[in-house]
This record gives sequence, structure tokens and C-alpha cells, in this order.
Amino acid sequence: MMTIFGYKKNYQMYDPKKKYTDKHIRKHSKNNGSNDKYRKSIEDLLDELELKNGMTISFHHHLRNGDYILNRLMKEIAKRNIKDIRIFASSIFPCHEPLVEYIESGVVTQIIAAFISGPVAKTISQGKMEKVAIMHTHGGRARLVESGEVDIDVAFIAAPTCDKMGNITGSCGKSACGSLGYAVTDAHFAKCSVAITDHYVEHLGSVFIEGKYIDYIVEMESIGDSKGIVSGTTQITKNPIGLKIARLTSDVIYHSGYFKNGFSFQTGAGGTSLAVSYYVKQLMMKEKIKGSFASGGITGYLVDMLKDGLFEQLYDVQCFDLEAISSLRDNKNHIPISASKYANINDKCIINDLDFVILGATEIDLDFNVNVTTSSIGEIMGGSGGHSDTAYGANVTIIVSQLFNARIPVIKDKVLCKTTPGETVDVLVTERGIAVNPKRNDLIERFKKTNLPLKTINELKQISDSLVGIPDKIQFDEKIVGVVEYRDGSVIDFIHKKL
Amino acid sequence: MKLLKPSKAGTYESNDIYIMLFPNDDEIRIELESIVLETYGKQIKKVMMDTLNDHNIENVLVKAIDKGALDYTIRARVITAINRGVSND
Repeated sequence: MMTIFGYKKNYQMYDPKKKYTDKHIRKHSKNNGSNDKYRKSIEDLLDELELKNGMTISFHHHLRNGDYILNRLMKEIAKRNIKDIRIFASSIFPCHEPLVEYIESGVVTQIIAAFISGPVAKTISQGKMEKVAIMHTHGGRARLVESGEVDIDVAFIAAPTCDKMGNITGSCGKSACGSLGYAVTDAHFAKCSVAITDHYVEHLGSVFIEGKYIDYIVEMESIGDSKGIVSGTTQITKNPIGLKIARLTSDVIYHSGYFKNGFSFQTGAGGTSLAVSYYVKQLMMKEKIKGSFASGGITGYLVDMLKDGLFEQLYDVQCFDLEAISSLRDNKNHIPISASKYANINDKCIINDLDFVILGATEIDLDFNVNVTTSSIGEIMGGSGGHSDTAYGANVTIIVSQLFNARIPVIKDKVLCKTTPGETVDVLVTERGIAVNPKRNDLIERFKKTNLPLKTINELKQISDSLVGIPDKIQFDEKIVGVVEYRDGSVIDFIHKKL
Repeated sequence: MKLLKPSKAGTYESNDIYIMLFPNDDEIRIELESIVLETYGKQIKKVMMDTLNDHNIENVLVKAIDKGALDYTIRARVITAINRGVSND
């Protein structure tokens, strides 16, 4: 086994035959926070905290590309000459560009996250970070914290509204972002939890993170840019190819054998995913089928389906738009859940009850392994998020993608980086046909009786190759810059520096 | 055939290629920018070179900005640019 700088020595490689057995779960390690939690400013707070070289600090990404907190905190920490910081953030976005400088100067030596995009991802791919990046899943993040594998020294929690006790909600305030699903575990287990808010109130009625887990409260003029936090209204795609793929996907759902009363469903916020929701909604109304729940990141489309009685509940780790935020606040059947409840392998998680999940891919290979971590030229540009969690949990995992776009083909002989293992992926839907994983003979038999355009994944690849040609091989350096951890903590792949 | 004047064809849209041809002393030179340079750069240059050869064009500088065009699109854009550049209309 190779030794990788900044990664544990006793790591296990992913093995589809092995079931994860380590059910190591810590009790909440938390003190009860003092009564006098309010600090005047971030400077005051940092003066009081015993910041040390080598410490682990955590952030969560519900403010998405509008987040001000991470940059503000890192600027203060860098000023105090603290080095070797490990950042444990649920996701890193383009707005976190200032981190690049801190990575290059050694203030930050490691990032652990479920998703990394933008300039920080590029810097890591270039091999400029001292230690290896660890890329986990959303469920894996909760597992890492609960098992004690990652010990958070200070958790910085973006609190759109916070009261004097430290009770937090994301439902109101000028930086409202809805669910705070990824922050819950941090608050429960960090040695010290800090709520950072731009809406400080006397008393909060509806609470998502309880004040007993919060040690300090600091006010900031603004914790985020509302334009980056949510999109106004998410739109379904107008691209005819995307619409065709979405319609085929709803046909796959219809004929799968799982489309019946009480079914459950998850999809993302991309244009094609939203179009799938649209067609599934039409199908449910036409066939008079009612679902049990939809989960994941929630959009206005799913909110409408809840209002129309098509689903009984929405389980929400993250709101994608304003409709989702107001629904979470006003509708008792729109339920915020923690990342652990959502997808942690050691928890009784929601995703195990999923019938359908609709996911994307930058690459899929002949064994149905999916890459959403690196681009088609091998640079980090994303990460699993909940991809491999939901693929594992759902009865039917459907990957939707154009066969190629701007000459970039989706089907490869081997993916450059394995995010989600092929044995958890069931169907690939493209505009030129549908491929079913051979291990799902039940689905193949059902689909054969329909007029679905069934092909093997090899046949789809041949069509693609004949149009775009075979891409030249991408060259990598030996140096490992990232470790991709599967949801059970095993290593499913390594990311190499680009040559 | 001889290129008589600068000519262009194509767009900057995704899946298209923008081709500019300039009269050059005696050799063919290709300057390519592409979103898929690493994986298809050689192939794109080959298609352009073959198309120019098919039309016996020798005195040309090609500047191309590619947004992921397929081979037939590249060929069509190059041919159109040639036709526009060889007549004095």
C-alpha cells in the first residue's frame, strides 16, 4: 500500500463484495455552551479562541457561491500567522478563490470536501496543496465526524437567523437559505461551535440547530450574497436534446416496475433533471399515482408537487431556490434533515428508501462506473456530493446525459476518476438510446416488452466514437493530489496531478 | 487554387468552429484554439489540413477558434471559407 502524504496509513481500497461493518458512532461530544455566548466581532472571538497551527476548522455550503464566511475567517486566521490549517468544508465553490493564496503560502495545507470547483480545484489539480485533498460523499462527511476520524476543532456555522441562546434556523433572515442539513453534525460534534449570523434575534420559535450545541455567537454585517445563495426560479431546460432525454427518462421510470403508489424520488437542480421532474409530474397525474417522498436538494418543482398532493413529504438537506425556502418555513410536510439522516451509512438514512434517483455524469465507462469528480481532461471540477450515496440507496439509479456535447463524449472505456461504482448504477439514458446495466436483468426484461430504444452501452459508445472520434489519452504525473473516498470510507480512486 | 483575400466562416457557438483564412507566402500554417485541444487537437488540425489539400490550397494561414465542432462541421466551415477567399467578388 502506498503512503500518501496527509492521508491515513491503514486505508482500505474499495471492494464491492465487502460490507462496511464499523459502526463506530460517538455520542455528541458537546458541552452545553456557556450562557454568555455573544462576541462583538470575529476579531474578538479569534482572540479568545486558542487557535493553533495544524487545527481542523469546518464550514458548510448552504450559502453556496454566495458564501462570505469562509473567506472572512481565513483572512483573519492568516493575519494571525497560523499555518497548516485543515479545512473541512462540505463544498468549495468559485467564490472561495482567496483560498488559493493561502494554499500556496501554507496557511491551508489540506482540504476535505464532498465537492470542489473553481480556482481552488484548479490549484489542487496543479499539485500546489501540501497534503492530499480528501473527497468524500455527503453521507461520508457525517460518518467521518461521527466516527471521530475527523475531529473538528472549530465549526463555523452560517446562521441566517440566530437567537441569544444560539438557536439557529435557515428559514428567515436576509441571508435565508432554508435547510442547514450539512451543518448539524458539525454543531453536534465539534470541540467548539461558532454561529455566525447577520440576523440576531431575541428568541426563535422554530429551531433547526439547537443552541445547546453552540458555544459562541458572532454578528457579521452580511454572511452571504443573496444572488449566489439561491437562484430566483430554477428553469427546466429548453434544449430539445435535454428534453428528449428527460422524456425518455420518465418512460424508463414508468416501465421500471417501481412506478406505483408510494414510490419515492430524487433529482438534482440541473435543467435536464428539472425536465425529468416535469415529465414525471405529468405521468403521475395521468396515471393517478401518488408518491411517498422526494429528497435531496429541493427545488420549486418538487414544492409544487408536494402542494399538489403528488408527494406526501419532502426531505430536505439543502434548498436550491426561493420557493423551496418558503415552503420549508411554511409547510410542515417539507422537512429539513441532517446529512447523517440523509445519507450516512451508519445511520438509518433516507436514501435507502429511495426508488428512483436521477443523476448526471461527466464520464461513464463500459462497466457503468461514473465520474463526477474530474473533468474529461482529469482536472478536479466537482465531486460526489450525494451522487454515490443515492446511487447506492436507490432501487433504480438513472444517469442522464447527452451522448456527447461540444465534442466531449460521456462514454469512455475507463473513467478518468471513479466516483460512483458501476454496480450501483442501473440505467444510462442518452438522446440516442438507453443502456441498462447487465446485472439488472429484471429491468432489461421489462424494457424489452416496450418500445424503449434499448442498446448496450458498447453500442452507444460505438455511435459516439463514430461521430466524435477517439480522444487522445490524458497524461498524468505520478503525484497524487486527491483521494476519493467511497461512502464507507474505503478508497475508490486517486486523483493525480495533471502533467 | 490561390487564396486571394482574407475570408471567414463559422460562429463562436458551442459545437461550431470559427475559421479565418489569410493569404500566406507559400506554406500552410494553422493556429488552433480549442476547448478540446488536449484530446482532439491533432484530429482537428488533420481535418483542416486534409480539406485544404483536397482543394489544392497552399498559401494560407488558418486561425481557428473551436467550440467542440465535429469533423463534418470543421470540413464544411473550411470549405466555405475557401470559397469565399478564392473569388474576387
